[in-house]
Amino acid sequence: MTGPGRPVVGLQALLASREVVVFCGSGGVGKTSTAAATALAAATQLGGRVLVVTVDPARRLADALGLDGIGNEERRVPDAVLRAGGCTPRGELWAAMLDTKASWDDLVRRHAPDEATAAQILDNRLYDNLTSRFVQSHDYIAMERLYDLHSTGAYDLIVVDTPPTRNALDFLDAPQRMADFFGGRLLRWLTAPYRLGGGRGARFVNFASKPFYQIADRLLGTQFLQDIAEFFLNFETMYSGFVGRARAVERLMQDRRTSFVVVTTLEGAPLREAEFFCSELTARGLHLGGLVLNRVMPEAFTDPAVAAAARVLTDDPTEVATALAATGVPALADPVAVARVLRTVGTSFQQLAVVATREAELRAELARVPEAVATVPTFAEDVHDVRSLARIGECLLGAPLPSVRVRADAGAGEAEHRPR
Amino acid sequence: MTDLLDRRLLFVTGKGGVGKSTVTAALALLAAEQGKRVLLVEVDAKGNLTNLFEHPPVGFDPVAVAPGVFVMQLTTEASLREYLKLNLRIPMVGRIGPIAGIFDFVANAAPGVKEILTVGKVCWEVRESIEGRAPWDLVIVDAAATGHVIAQLDAPRTIRDLVQTGPIRNQTEWMMTILSDPVITALNVVTAPEEMPVNETIELVARARTETDVPLGAVVVNRVLPEPFTVADEPVFAALGDGVALDRLHQAAGPAVDTVLDAAALAVALRRARVPHLDALRAGVDLPLLYVPYLFVRDHGLRATRMVADALGAELGL
Repeated sequence: MTGPGRPVVGLQALLASREVVVFCGSGGVGKTSTAAATALAAATQLGGRVLVVTVDPARRLADALGLDGIGNEERRVPDAVLRAGGCTPRGELWAAMLDTKASWDDLVRRHAPDEATAAQILDNRLYDNLTSRFVQSHDYIAMERLYDLHSTGAYDLIVVDTPPTRNALDFLDAPQRMADFFGGRLLRWLTAPYRLGGGRGARFVNFASKPFYQIADRLLGTQFLQDIAEFFLNFETMYSGFVGRARAVERLMQDRRTSFVVVTTLEGAPLREAEFFCSELTARGLHLGGLVLNRVMPEAFTDPAVAAAARVLTDDPTEVATALAATGVPALADPVAVARVLRTVGTSFQQLAVVATREAELRAELARVPEAVATVPTFAEDVHDVRSLARIGECLLGAPLPSVRVRADAGAGEAEHRPR
Repeated sequence: MTDLLDRRLLFVTGKGGVGKSTVTAALALLAAEQGKRVLLVEVDAKGNLTNLFEHPPVGFDPVAVAPGVFVMQLTTEASLREYLKLNLRIPMVGRIGPIAGIFDFVANAAPGVKEILTVGKVCWEVRESIEGRAPWDLVIVDAAATGHVIAQLDAPRTIRDLVQTGPIRNQTEWMMTILSDPVITALNVVTAPEEMPVNETIELVARARTETDVPLGAVVVNRVLPEPFTVADEPVFAALGDGVALDRLHQAAGPAVDTVLDAAALAVALRRARVPHLDALRAGVDLPLLYVPYLFVRDHGLRATRMVADALGAELGL
């Protein structure tokens, strides 16, 4: 049964039952630190070998996890680092950074028919540009690398931080787009003159009458098109390897051992995107493990009794200040200064209360979201060490928030994905 | 810095989540309040820039969303369509679909092609305005995020280096002239006093200098929190939290006053945690910094945009 009173599935159960958990959400919501905190919590509370794959961590966080300048290899975070941060590891925490360029180079070397072709591709002047821009290559390579790491079987749990994308769904489409791209008619069109004309370096002459080549030639010039075509003729040799791989990546995303967690703050734009993402995941038959509401103001800030107390300070500071001056506490001897401070204390609360109220309203609209897993409060400090990650981890794996309701029709999809 | 709005073309970039679109919209509102006719260009975005004006989404044709502010959404396909119509006189009726598809393929594969259509359209509007054929005093671009904006701005040069002949190459020259003229153009960066946005801003400013000829304008520091207490007030605030003082506060305002004190302490701590990032930004960037305070308001609509515009106006001395 689902409904407002139904307890939501905690993140702890999710982490215990899944092999891959993908964190997604719009830029700036704290995806990287949430993913890292989740992995740390899993390694310290659940045990096993846990790997966190992150895309672009803040420098100090990378330093804290020993990720600085290590390239594409995964590294174990030393137990001493975890202990120094107040954590007692039950399992092992591993961390890896995603190096797009190195991952692409690996992929080309793996799928090229021979070393000469691989070298030709890697040396092409378009290659760098292509791998950094086309068909969401960043997204694709992230999923590809995840597949690679998962298939080693070395980890009990892999927690993945997704790259910042303009559209949070791009990375889900990346394998399909990659397959379409290499299997597509357009690639054949573009390279056709070179194929039929006797291989590389053939001229456009025979095709000059066709509108596509006419327009393309007028826009870009023959030489440029020829460069592109040559590149793709080489790239095409990797077609079957690439497409097979893209399909495998896609299957892993759909596998019941994989789950997605959406991270958002309680702000308009990120939240709209998060809701869209939740419904899209469900529509695609992917498992939505839950929603993390990050950097949320304390609920107590919306309490009317607290607001009334603040009003006493802002409206009547002089009277309170006089009473405080009478206590004999040396710092409170000057009633004028004390009144000023009391008013500031009250207004500081009122300002944060506005934010808390705004957040509460947005949260109330969240009824459409299938499941909520956890709320992480606003912490004053940046997340840059194991200790602060551990604090987030406690919020993530603690009791789920009963105030966030579960969508009424979530039952059917839910049963299929119940943790084993 | 009063001359920032006297340029003809402002690009606004920033890391995701720092409020780039809000600041862009506020700059447009501010310029319009100064009597300028502003074209606000949303580049391949989610189409929510108009939300900041409480106006429904718009398309490729500019629509007035506030007095003096016109918004258009720039997509590669629409730019291509217009480009082909204007420059090649290719009959497009009923044909743009497949051609756009093919072009999209080439554009995906070829570096700079997509970007040049975006930047090209923007530069074209600026050139037409300077020559009196388009009505804009100022074109403001809600540009790509910090990670991609260099590729966008540098597209004319990329294309010039890659494409040896053809009309696109020929047009890169006047685009580069507009983009590199400090009287006309400025690249502005929106950031927030947090670690990642500050790092990205410092890196971007350095890259913009070495990898492009586009002049830099200002860095807008968004969501700056106020410092609640003066140095003299700090011991007073500290003394409120315990012993007999706290008892008196409970008598005066009830036990709920504890949460009020917590909130004030959080406000202080949040401000303090951001100070080193502000310092790093000041040390790492030698551009004018415009500070926009964190907005303690309920909604994120036109009212919030106007508040940001007012803050920017004060910073610019307007």
